[in-house]
Amino acid sequence: MTLRSRPARACAIPLTGPAGKSLIETLSFAAAALFLLMLALFATPQARAQGESSVIIGLTSDKFPDTERALNELPASDLPTAPQIVEALAANRLYFNGPARKLYFADDAGKMFDAATGEPADVMASALKKVRINNAVRRSLDAARGALTLMSPDPAKRKAAADSVFKSRDATALPLLEAALAKETLSSTRKILEEARAAIIAGDSGASEVQRLEAIDILKSRGDQDVVSVLTTIASWSEGRVKAAAESASSVIQAKLALWRNVQNIWYGLSLGSVLLLAAIGLAITFGVMGIINMAHGEMVMLGAYTTFAVQEWARTSHPGLLNYSLFIAIPLAFLVTATVGILIERVVIRFLYGRPLETLLATFGISLILQQAVRTIFGANNREVSAPSFMAGSFDFGSLQIGYGRMWIIVFALAVFFALQFVLRATSFGLRMRAVTQNRRMASSMGIDTNRIDALAFGLGSGIAGMAGVALSQIDNVSPNLGQSYIIDSFMVVVFGGVGNLWGTLLGALTLGVANKFLEPIAGAVLGKILLLVFIILFIQKRPRGLFALKGRAVEA
Amino acid sequence: MMETRKPLLLSLIDTRGGIFLGAVAAATILVPALALMVPPNSAFALPPYLVALFGKYVCYALLAIALDLVWGYCGILSLGHGAFFALGGYAMGMYLMRQIGTRGVYAHPELPDFMVFLNMKELPITWWGFQSFPYAMLMVLLIPGLLAFVFGFLAFRSRVTGVYLSIITQAMTYALLLAFFRNDMGFGGNNGLTDFKDLLGFNVQAKETRVALFMASSIALGVGYLIARAVTQSKFGKVVIAIRDAESRTRFLGYRVETYKLAVFVLSAMMAGVAGALYVPQVGIINPGEFAPANSIEAVIWVAVGGRGTLVGAALGAIIVNWGKTFFTGALPEYWLFALGALFVIVTLFLPKGVIGALDQFKVRRQAAKNSGAATPTAAE
Repeated sequence: MTLRSRPARACAIPLTGPAGKSLIETLSFAAAALFLLMLALFATPQARAQGESSVIIGLTSDKFPDTERALNELPASDLPTAPQIVEALAANRLYFNGPARKLYFADDAGKMFDAATGEPADVMASALKKVRINNAVRRSLDAARGALTLMSPDPAKRKAAADSVFKSRDATALPLLEAALAKETLSSTRKILEEARAAIIAGDSGASEVQRLEAIDILKSRGDQDVVSVLTTIASWSEGRVKAAAESASSVIQAKLALWRNVQNIWYGLSLGSVLLLAAIGLAITFGVMGIINMAHGEMVMLGAYTTFAVQEWARTSHPGLLNYSLFIAIPLAFLVTATVGILIERVVIRFLYGRPLETLLATFGISLILQQAVRTIFGANNREVSAPSFMAGSFDFGSLQIGYGRMWIIVFALAVFFALQFVLRATSFGLRMRAVTQNRRMASSMGIDTNRIDALAFGLGSGIAGMAGVALSQIDNVSPNLGQSYIIDSFMVVVFGGVGNLWGTLLGALTLGVANKFLEPIAGAVLGKILLLVFIILFIQKRPRGLFALKGRAVEA
Repeated sequence: MMETRKPLLLSLIDTRGGIFLGAVAAATILVPALALMVPPNSAFALPPYLVALFGKYVCYALLAIALDLVWGYCGILSLGHGAFFALGGYAMGMYLMRQIGTRGVYAHPELPDFMVFLNMKELPITWWGFQSFPYAMLMVLLIPGLLAFVFGFLAFRSRVTGVYLSIITQAMTYALLLAFFRNDMGFGGNNGLTDFKDLLGFNVQAKETRVALFMASSIALGVGYLIARAVTQSKFGKVVIAIRDAESRTRFLGYRVETYKLAVFVLSAMMAGVAGALYVPQVGIINPGEFAPANSIEAVIWVAVGGRGTLVGAALGAIIVNWGKTFFTGALPEYWLFALGALFVIVTLFLPKGVIGALDQFKVRRQAAKNSGAATPTAAE
C-alpha cells in the first residue's frame, strides 16, 4: 500500500526543496524551473538550450562558485555529454576557452571534443585553460557523478548510485531522486531510492513535521547501521516529536541490530562448527570408537581435497560439461581413495600397535609426514585452486543476514554425513559388529565376528569420512599439502571436548566450539579468541577428563 | 658431605654412562682444539659453522634427555616439550636483544628494534630486568618451570593421563605458538628475536664465542645427564618408575603420584629451558616456529630412535636423527620428510626399544649363544 501511495507525494515534495534554494540565486532558479518543467515532461528545445548554456557558462567562468553551481545543474540538464563532462573533470581533462564560452573535454588518448555537442573539436589543449577544482567543487562533482549514474540504464549502477545518495544524504540530489523514482521500475532499487529520499527529508529542517515523521518511519523499516547514524544526527538537532521519533526509531533499530549480530554470530559459528564437525567426525570413529590416535587424520582430509582437485582437472580437460558437477563425482571418489589408504595404513602399520596408543601416535605421525611429502612431490607445494560449482556461489538475504550458499551447503553436508554415519552405526550389520568389537572385543570374536576385518573396515570408514570432509574443505580453504595440519589439533580438541566414543558429543562439541569461537572473535580478536578456546579446553579436560559426554562403565578403564 | 659425594657420583655412572660422558668430555676438548688450535687450512680444522651445528645437536640432545626423563621414566608422553625449550630460548633471546643497545637499526637505547617499529613507547613489564644476565638465566629456569608447574598441577591432579595428556600438551604448545605470533605479545611476533650482537660482552658471531658456547652446551649436557641419572637412580626415581609401570598400584601403596609426576615434569621442563637458552645464541634466532607441535613430536622421535628410558639413548637418538636431517636437507631435500616419516614408522614397529635397546638385545643374544654353545643358536629366542 505504501508503495503505491508514494508517486502521488513525489510531485509535492520538490516544491519545498529546490524552490527554497533557487530563490537565492536567479541563475539556478532558471535551472530549477527547468527541472520542474522537465519533470512534468514539458521540456522544450528552447529550455534545453538555455540549460545547456547555463551549465556551459558556469563551467567556463573560471570561478569556483560558478563551477559548483553548474555542476549542481548538470545532471538535470539534458546535456548529452553530461557523463563525459563529469568524468573529464574528475580526471582533470576538462578545458575551456573563457572569452568564447566554449567547453572541451579530452578523452584518454588526449583527443579533444566539444562539450556542448560531443563532436570532435579541432583545438589544442595547450591553447586552453583547465577547469579548476577545489573541495567544494569536488563535492558537487561527486554528487553530479552519483546523480548521473542514478539514471543509468544499467540496474546495478542505478542501485549503487542510490546507495551512495543514501549515504551522502545530499539535499541537492533530491530532485534527481524524484526523477529517478518516477522512472524506476525495479522494486528493490525503488526501495533504496525511497529510503534515500526519506533520509534527506527526515534531515531537512524545512520539511513539515508530518513529512519528516513519515520519512523516519520509512528509515525505521530499513533498520540498518547507516540508518542509526542518520537518525542519531537528526535526533541531535531536532526537537519535539521528530526528535522523539528519531530517538525511539534509533533505539528500536539498535536493539534489532544487536539481535541480528547475535544471529549472525550463531550462523557463522554453526558454519565454522560444521567444518570442525566434518574434520572431527572421522576422528571420532578412529579415535573415539576404536581408540586409535590417528595423527595422519588431517592428511586424509588433505587427500580428499586433492582428489577433488584431480577430479576437477579431469573434468576440465576431458569433460567440460561435468565441471559443474565434479563435486558429486569427487565425494564418493574421495571416500574410496581415502578409505583405501586408511585400510592400507591399518593393515600395514596400526594393526601391530593395538594397545599401545602412544606408539600408534608416533607411527601415524610418521605416516602423516610421508603423505604430506608425497602430495608435495606429486602436486607441488603451491596451493591448488578448486573452483566452486555454480550452485555454491552467491548468497541470499535472510533478514539482515547474508547467507552464502557455499557455507549453507557445507552445513547441510556436514549434518548429512553425521546422520548417515549414525545410520551406518545404528542400523546396519556392519555398524552392529563394529559396536560389538568396540564394547567387548573378545566376546565379539567368540560370537564369530572377524575382529581384524572390522578393525580395518572401521578405520577405512573413519578415513573415508575424513576424505569427504576434504571435498567440502577444498571449497573454503587452500588446497595445499599443509591443509590437514591446520585441522588436526582442532579435530582432536572437538573429539576430546565432546567426549570420546560418543558421536553426539562430537556434534555438540563441534557446534559449541564453532559458535563460542565466533562470539569470542569480536571481543578478543581471531587469534586470541582461538587461544582462549584452547586454554578453555585444556582447563575443561582437567575438570571432566573424559569430555562432555563420557562413556561410563567398566569398558572405560580398559 | 665431601666423603659421600664422590662415591655417589661414581655410583651414577655405569658402563654406558661412562662411555657417554667420556664422549661428551672428548667433544668438549676436541672441538675447541680443532676449531682454535689447528690452522684453518688444515684438513682437521673445524669451521665455525660446524661448531655451531654440533652445538645445536648437543642442545637437542639435552632436550631429548629432558624428554626421556618424563616419557621414559614416568610414562608422560609430552608433545609440548618444544614449548619449554622455546620459552628458555626466548628468555635468552630477550637478554641478547637488550644487549644490542644502540646498535640496532633505530638506535634506541632501551627498546629493541621491533618495538620501535611497532610504536611502543616503553619497555613492556615482561622485558624488565632482562639486561641482567643472572636475571635472564633465572628466567630460563623459572619460566618453563612455572609453566610446567601450573600445567602439571592442573593435569596431574585431575588425573589426566595417557593420550589425553599428550593431546593437551600439544594444545598447550599450539596455543603458545599462536600467542607468540601476535605482535601485541611484545616478543617480536612472526619474526621473533634475532640480530644478536653480544653475549656477556663477547661477540656471538666470533669463533671463540661459538666454541665457548659449544663447551657450555656439552657441559650442560653432561650435567643434565648426571642430574637425570641421579633422579632416576634415587629412591624417588624408583617411585617414578613404579608410576610409569602401574600408576594406580603406586597410588594404592600410599604415594602421592601427582606430586612425583609434577616434580619430574618441572625438572624436565627446566632442563628443556636450559637447552633452549643455549640453542638460541648458537643459531642466532628464536621465533614462534619453535613452538610448532611438529617440533615437539620430532623430539619424541629422537628419544624413541635412541631408546626410551635409557637417557644415553635419547641423547644418541637426537644426534643421529639431526645428523640425518642435516645430511638429507643438504643432499636430498625432497626425501627428508619421507625418511623422517619412515623412521617414525620403522622405529615404532621394529625397534620399540630404540637403538640402545637393539644393541642390548644383540649383546644378550650373543651372550646366550656363547653360553649354550654354537649348536643351539636359536635358544636365545
